[in-house]
Amino acid sequence: MSVDTSKVATSNRTNAATASKPGPAGSLATWADDRLGLATAMKKNLRKVFPDHWSFMLGEIALWSFVVLLLTGVFLTLWFNPSMGHITYEGSYDQLRGIGMSESMASTVHISFDVRGGLLMRQMHHWAAAIFIASMMVHLLRVAFTGAYRKPRELNWVIGCVLLLLGTLEGFTGYSLPDDLLSGTGVRAADGFLKATPVVGAYMSFFLFGGEFPGESIIPRLYIIHVLLIPGILLALIAAHMLLLVYHKHTQWPGPGRTEQNVVGFPMLPVYAAKAGGFFFMVFGVIALMGGLMSINPVWKFGPYDPTKVTAGSQPDWYMGWPDGLLRIIPSHWESVIFGYTISWNVMLPILIVPPLMLVVLILLPFLEGWITGDKRDHHLLQRPRNAPTRTAVMVALMTFYGLAWAAGGNDIIAIKLHLSINQITYFMRVAIFLGPVLAFWITRRWCISLQRHDNEKLLHGYETGIITRSPEGQYSERHLPISATSAYTLTARDRDEVLALPSETDSAGVTAPNSRSERLRARLSSWMYSNNVQKPTRAELEEAHHHAEHEAELQAGLDHPADGHQFDDHRLRDADDVPLRDH
Amino acid sequence: MSNDNSSIEPTSGGGDSHLPERVEADPIADPGLPPHKWRPTDVDPKAERRAERQIAAMFIGAMVMAVLFVVSYFTFSVGDSWDTIGGLGASTVTLGVTLGLTLLLIGTAIIHLARKLMADAEMVEMRHPAASPQEDRDATVAALNAGLDESGIGRRPLVRNTMFGAIGVGLGLPSVVLLRDLAPGDQLDISKLAKTIWAPGMRLVRDVVGTPILASEIEVGDLINGAPEAMFPTEENGYPELHGAQEQIDKAKGAIIIVRMDPDDITPLKGREKWTVDGIICYSKICTHVGCPISLYERTTHHVLCPCHQSTFDLADHAKVIFGPAARPLPQLPIAVDEEGYLVAQSDFTEPIGASYWEREKQ
Repeated sequence: MSVDTSKVATSNRTNAATASKPGPAGSLATWADDRLGLATAMKKNLRKVFPDHWSFMLGEIALWSFVVLLLTGVFLTLWFNPSMGHITYEGSYDQLRGIGMSESMASTVHISFDVRGGLLMRQMHHWAAAIFIASMMVHLLRVAFTGAYRKPRELNWVIGCVLLLLGTLEGFTGYSLPDDLLSGTGVRAADGFLKATPVVGAYMSFFLFGGEFPGESIIPRLYIIHVLLIPGILLALIAAHMLLLVYHKHTQWPGPGRTEQNVVGFPMLPVYAAKAGGFFFMVFGVIALMGGLMSINPVWKFGPYDPTKVTAGSQPDWYMGWPDGLLRIIPSHWESVIFGYTISWNVMLPILIVPPLMLVVLILLPFLEGWITGDKRDHHLLQRPRNAPTRTAVMVALMTFYGLAWAAGGNDIIAIKLHLSINQITYFMRVAIFLGPVLAFWITRRWCISLQRHDNEKLLHGYETGIITRSPEGQYSERHLPISATSAYTLTARDRDEVLALPSETDSAGVTAPNSRSERLRARLSSWMYSNNVQKPTRAELEEAHHHAEHEAELQAGLDHPADGHQFDDHRLRDADDVPLRDH
Repeated sequence: MSNDNSSIEPTSGGGDSHLPERVEADPIADPGLPPHKWRPTDVDPKAERRAERQIAAMFIGAMVMAVLFVVSYFTFSVGDSWDTIGGLGASTVTLGVTLGLTLLLIGTAIIHLARKLMADAEMVEMRHPAASPQEDRDATVAALNAGLDESGIGRRPLVRNTMFGAIGVGLGLPSVVLLRDLAPGDQLDISKLAKTIWAPGMRLVRDVVGTPILASEIEVGDLINGAPEAMFPTEENGYPELHGAQEQIDKAKGAIIIVRMDPDDITPLKGREKWTVDGIICYSKICTHVGCPISLYERTTHHVLCPCHQSTFDLADHAKVIFGPAARPLPQLPIAVDEEGYLVAQSDFTEPIGASYWEREKQ
């Protein structure tokens, strides 16, 4: 390794890096390698390079909060009793003493008030779940917006989408376990969703609940799904996700020396291991602070589940909010009876059709994009969102749909807090859910294209200095100065978009080409996707612009100081080579 | 998995067909990796010592916090002081804060160590195509074919097809059939959904307390959350004791709301003229959307709102849906008064209560 570390942390290196005689650790390693042969695999990976960028940390938050979930979850299982047997609560919490409830509710209250640290662990578990799903979603957005899902990473994208689905189900099964009034209401709604399934709905409900709702089986069944089945699959898929990440090597942002062929960053050992390991403690610490200071899911306030009761403002956990919102804005009477059989469109559409459809759309995004562009190359350099305006706009449209549906899920809360009519909010949402995404798509795409133009301006004419000069003729103009070579290269380090040519309808023999219809569609989509994009300037354009700039500079030659407007800030410093120290 | 970091020079590579053909210097040539810049801790021994002290201080702070965590664990009891600080127990807050700070200090110290004192020269590693080399593919296909060929499966379709059939049937059928008793035989009866515990002559009682309701007690504008008398068995009323799951099921289906309004306000549905008692009208409490108990009543408009998804029903007009996602009116319970003046049911509900399901209209 020819990295110059001569000046690095000399205090670390008072001892020789390798002992002359193998110590106990060395002997142990030899013993292990004689049997496992791990050295071959480890020599490649111990110093594996990971590129650095703040946005690469989002997936790490998801990973570490999953670890926190496993740790706190195991703690909770030591006391939790997933039984629907009816008992009278006799624990420390005064206001529920003497009240009948299921054993799962009683043990949840017991964990909260009679086990030291129990409430802390419960709240950490719940906060970690909320963070787990939130960070998965933000990570997903990062991957999509930067085009990291392109070949060869499409399958890892699919795994990620499945992880998001499973995480959501895991959250639902988890918060249903205490058998409190709020979660019981959610389970009853879930029973209604099952029953809305055509043909087999009622049977599905009977099989899940062991007979009619609520029965005495649902909590133990959800429990084993929550602590074994889904976590097992999650663990396996996370492992696959990480293995593929290591195999593909991480994507990186383009820049000087950072190409499609290499990966530039810090080695796994020591820097990346230390940063990632330290970050685990930070995620864990933040969740502990949240668990200690922020109340979440206070089931003792909701009371035990009673199928005849409900509270106003009943809300599922946040990640279940968007299907709930769709459920709320369906207009009245959407149910049909065909040949005597009931079809509940009002439940099927928002719960059984649209959310699975959204998941399918999400999973298909990289494949659709790959088909439209016809791009079969591997991509390891990330794209700035502005440089893929259509993709960015599609994602923002999907986000808008999600956000509006989610807001609709809180229509009662919005009505109360903002003193609005719940009916009017609902009417608004019924329209906005269709118009919003279209509007968002259009605005985002134009915005991206305008940012692309701005980048070209900077390349061709330099950055705006804020210095206004007046010519002898009295003409005012703003002085532009060229951006640094580094910035200029980074801005241009992207591919030129190529619109697929429309295929001719017939081949040379005059026979209609077999695939011509799908090919025409593809060409149209390609044009829709790319034709409005702004391409980076050519070399000739740049040279022409620079020539023009030199002419401008000559005109200003009489000035006795460099008028770049940055005498007093660090803009100039950053691009100069003689600055010895980096500002850390 | 093949990767090596033997090369640290930024090479522009090329040649590999799986990688995008970057037109070099289009329009600007890659200036290459910028020279490494030294950090203050690399060149200034004072800064280096300072960073060391900061990191050690954080590690010591973490240990102190861990000790405080143990102290709080044994100092504060849970249970009787569960809302000491801001609605949270002293124990929960102190444990959370000390644990959180312990972990945050460890994490911050390790990251500080990585950023200030560990070597920070960026390294370059070359990428390799995700795809296997063509010769590996060919070899794998050849091995696969050899294996299949030697198995003879391809030449013996009878064996092949019966084998797949046996595996599919042999594993599939038992695993599906084994799940049959998820709903035990006596429980798997869809027609149960159409019936509730209500029966002719059964008194309407107040939920929670179970006292019967005198028709004369109810004022115009009142809403009473009710239940079937059979949910409150006594020696006097002679209903059998209810247990376990069946009690919960009957409770979940039998819940009602009883309202009284000016009889002139009521628009009775044809055939239901005799289902009310002097302006007293009774409906299932279970929303026809997905089954939440509805509860929010506005007496001036006779509207009742489901707090889950805001379906709104007009109780004066056979509980028809006037807003929200529900499709059907709340089922109405025909009521009468017995000889003592108490409200009783004329019969069970005449349609299934609660959420819709496929066979609903057939029952």
